[in-house]
Amino acid sequence: MPKPTRRRLATVFLSLAVVAATAGAALAQKKYDTGASDTEIRIGNIVPYSGPASAYGVVGKAMAAVFKRVNDDGGINGRKINFISYDDACSPPKAVEQARKLIESDEVLLLFGTLGTASNTAIQKYVNGKKVPQLFVATGATKWNDPKTFPWTMGWLPSYQSESRIYAKYLTKEKPNAKIAVLYQNDDMGKDYLKGLKDGLAADPSRIIAEESYEVAEPTIDSHVVRLKSSNPDVIILFTTPKFGAQAIKKVGEMNWKPVTIVSNVSASTATVMRPAGLENSQGVMSAAYAKDVSDPQWAGDPGIKAFDDLLAKYLPEVNRADASAMTGYNMATTMVEVLKRCGDDLTRSNVMKQAASLKQFAQGGLLPGITLTTGPDDFQPVEQLQLMQFKGERWQLFGDVISGELVGN
Amino acid sequence: MSAVEDVVTEAPAVEAVPKRAMTLGFGTSLVMLALLLLVPLFVKNFIIFQLTMLLIYGLAVLALNILTGGSGQFSLGQSAFYAVGAYTSAILMEHADMNYALTLPIAGIICFAFGFLFGQPALRLSGVYLALATFALATAMPQLLKLGFFEHWTGGVQGLVVTKPDAPFGLPMSQDMWLYYFTLAITVGIYVASVNLLRSRSGRAFMAIRDNEIAASAMGVDVALYKTLAFGVSAGITGVAGGLGAIAVQFVAPDGYTITLAISLFLGMVVGGVGWLPGSIVGSAFIIFVPNIAEGISKGLSGAVFGVLLFLVIFLVPHGARQVAMVAQQLIGKLKK
Repeated sequence: MPKPTRRRLATVFLSLAVVAATAGAALAQKKYDTGASDTEIRIGNIVPYSGPASAYGVVGKAMAAVFKRVNDDGGINGRKINFISYDDACSPPKAVEQARKLIESDEVLLLFGTLGTASNTAIQKYVNGKKVPQLFVATGATKWNDPKTFPWTMGWLPSYQSESRIYAKYLTKEKPNAKIAVLYQNDDMGKDYLKGLKDGLAADPSRIIAEESYEVAEPTIDSHVVRLKSSNPDVIILFTTPKFGAQAIKKVGEMNWKPVTIVSNVSASTATVMRPAGLENSQGVMSAAYAKDVSDPQWAGDPGIKAFDDLLAKYLPEVNRADASAMTGYNMATTMVEVLKRCGDDLTRSNVMKQAASLKQFAQGGLLPGITLTTGPDDFQPVEQLQLMQFKGERWQLFGDVISGELVGN
Repeated sequence: MSAVEDVVTEAPAVEAVPKRAMTLGFGTSLVMLALLLLVPLFVKNFIIFQLTMLLIYGLAVLALNILTGGSGQFSLGQSAFYAVGAYTSAILMEHADMNYALTLPIAGIICFAFGFLFGQPALRLSGVYLALATFALATAMPQLLKLGFFEHWTGGVQGLVVTKPDAPFGLPMSQDMWLYYFTLAITVGIYVASVNLLRSRSGRAFMAIRDNEIAASAMGVDVALYKTLAFGVSAGITGVAGGLGAIAVQFVAPDGYTITLAISLFLGMVVGGVGWLPGSIVGSAFIIFVPNIAEGISKGLSGAVFGVLLFLVIFLVPHGARQVAMVAQQLIGKLKK
């Protein structure tokens, strides 16, 4: 039977050719830079696991847990994530060493979630020179949103400035005649906050009638609070770190002074600020949030919080679920996974940046309802919305709409 | 009780090291130098960067070694001198557009003056009291760098980003390799100068003060002058190391120069062997690489692992690398027979 055989052979060859052609096409679509392959994506990370800021080590652990779960579920588009996380003990020279190790020795595709303003500033120039993405840095400074100068660096957290612009919006709308006094920590964080507030109140800057700054080394800030009271404002805003936030709220309460009190999100922890300040002094204090507070009973049964709890139970049983750092790491890693999914088979560094810069109203289970991530070629600031909240009883209660802290106009 | 009596009753802070035991033999030194010259040709840029940091911290440990091993004075404040050197270089490079190489001698001179002046009041103190006074300096320095008054120059908490120099004359080498050889040249220069300093009249004066202050002054050594001089020299070298560190890391910020750095340098000196200058490089290797090894063993317990390793070193070889080198030398001597 020569004929059928030949025909069959021809069919076989033809189908082989078709397979080869499609395989070739598929191969052509797969593009990789250093650190990515058919089986693996290497991600570098630097977090202080030791040293003065080692409490933030939980951020790195939560990120690792998210990636571990993704791997156990089959990876991203069939590729496993190799999450390499190093310790810099919050020291900028060590951060430079670790960043170079990750990029030159471990050959990672990108850096993700590197923590600390000083550490990130130290590596930013080097990383951009190497054209390696420095994605979703874990710091609230405003300077990470600068795609023109640093096209490879992107923030994640709502910046201090956008947060304080939200307070300005609230005060303009709800308390248009109130006089404002500000207490801020004399460092980049406090100054960032103050700048945002002034930008937000640019229409009537004279409303800020008193500003006091304190040094982080001061044992107590009572005298600053007393001085602010003497200018007789209606609103006092505390751009402080937790210890000083608690001191200030307590002092305001002790003086029987009842201004509208706003405290920055940094110092909005129930456990470390509101309780130490005294629950009776904390009533009515306002702040803003973007992530769900796991200890808030209103989220019991919420699918986003359930997913978070399942992850902790399975991969991180030793971490306290109420630790806000765990939620931060979880949320950031969730965004990272989404960006890598969107990259498909084009795992080049430029495509990673492109996908990271084209998030459109992306919602996550760990964020408050209505708060979404949006980025663009000129907008490297994923989270820009917050919701106001007020302390009532023993917990924060959200109120009002989600407000965007984006700069409008200029 | 007067200070003099104090000194008499107190056991010598540092064990007397004979002068010849402070350095390496000529042959061994050449082998070491050849190794340091050749290794970068065969390794990745990242390793070259680590080697550069090794030399820089080596310099800082050497400076402390001159102070403690040479003149017998303790310092936990070396991070302050390192910070002043780093900031001097960074500010001159970024605000005055000065060539990086020129900033180093200036950093050295400023730190020498700073150390010399600090040495004046410190004269009244000795032993643990001096260590505490310098400790205060190290604790204060990061705060001082954040002061609003200096902020225009220092960049405050944000720090300053420094531009890394390219290889000059169109030499075909990477920035890292050029910086390595540049650092190596300075390190070798300072090492040779330090060895000669300790062998000179001044060096003998340092050691006489270390071994017995009263006997030294009886023999006509100006104790006050030489003690402050030792502080000045040590601070000056640390300042040069700080300047080089700023150029290599390309960034200075107050957080980089905390008391942790001072303690690391002190640790490096003890591990390398107090008073044994070549040990500085071993001590520097210890403070750079052992934390990485500890992190590799256990991420959560890296601090504990580091502690255990350090304990083992101090327990097994209390005189550090010097002791290991002596034992090795004796073994080789036996083999030759």
